[in-house]
Amino acid sequence: MSDVDYDRLQGEAQFGDYVALLKPRVMSLVVFTAAVGLLVAPVPVHPMVAFAAILFIAIGAGGSGALNMWWDADIDELMKRTRGRPVPSGRLTAGDALSLGLALSGFAVVMLALAANLFAAALLGFTIFFYAVVYTMWLKRLTPQNIVIGGAAGAFPPMIGWAVATGGVSIESAMMFMLIFMWTPPHFWALALFMRSDYDDAGVPMLTVTHGRRITRRHILVYTLLLVPVSLALAVSSIGGPVTLVAALVLNAQFLLGALRIARRDEAQAEDDRYAVEKAVFRTSLYYLFLHFGALLCDAALRTAGWV
Amino acid sequence: MRRGPAHGRLGLMALKVEHEMHRRRRSRNVGLGLVLVALIGVVFGLSVVKITTGESMEGYDHALRPQLVEDDR
Repeated sequence: MSDVDYDRLQGEAQFGDYVALLKPRVMSLVVFTAAVGLLVAPVPVHPMVAFAAILFIAIGAGGSGALNMWWDADIDELMKRTRGRPVPSGRLTAGDALSLGLALSGFAVVMLALAANLFAAALLGFTIFFYAVVYTMWLKRLTPQNIVIGGAAGAFPPMIGWAVATGGVSIESAMMFMLIFMWTPPHFWALALFMRSDYDDAGVPMLTVTHGRRITRRHILVYTLLLVPVSLALAVSSIGGPVTLVAALVLNAQFLLGALRIARRDEAQAEDDRYAVEKAVFRTSLYYLFLHFGALLCDAALRTAGWV
Repeated sequence: MRRGPAHGRLGLMALKVEHEMHRRRRSRNVGLGLVLVALIGVVFGLSVVKITTGESMEGYDHALRPQLVEDDR
């Protein structure tokens, strides 16, 4: 390629563009929940091993994020929220995303096997496969339940963290999985309600597109109701404690109240205040997960200190 | 355009001249360099921890070593 060709390229890819391919915001949630899963497990892990394991889980999540950007480049181009991503904006090619995604995924799984154990690595490999193939390539464009099933991919990290420490699964790690799994649908449907034209434009069969917004509002309420027992069960499990119980009571009350308000509104009311309630519930849902896992961490610290 | 000292009298292309492309790609190159250095650090740290906290890593070599056989008494 000559200098002239180089000059013609608009905005050459910078390091940050490659980082953006890894979906750093999703990664931060993965790091946090995986770290909690690892730290609340009853088996202590050397800090260096724990750090490396979390790092490789994060890299695996990043790899699957890049694979998602490779496959979804066509619909990312159509949505306002995703138009600025490196591939649709032309700074990187879809092939770049594919190569980086495959390389990082393989690297992360092998390194996690070396740093922790084979079971944790296998679980990470399955999570990447589930997110990239089952969710991104298969279900996302096929069924309005895409979010429900795709939510499982985001729910695996605390289980992987737990597996790093214990080498297996248990009822507690399955409950952490269930918490994120049940939390994902109301979280994303609240987003879909106020990012209204985006999914319509891209033709992704979100519940809002296929079944209408009234049904979506009801679904948010039902899934939030189903989330409550999972959250309370986690609070009274062996990894729960007083902090988790209080957090669960407060957070569930708040989330449920928001879901109720969403269910009672219609589109006219929502448009009147520019989806203020839907946006508030979306924010609440973010705090919900963060604080819930934070509470588990507090209880683990209290147990270690011998106060509980 | 004058490109550097070696470009002068002998009329040779200088090998050290910084191409404009290098400047454009600096963030990528520096970033990748730092990532690789960090990776070396992580692998080294992991190795130290695994070796210092690991179980006995003595093997049998070519002859039976009684000290490695578990005590069945």
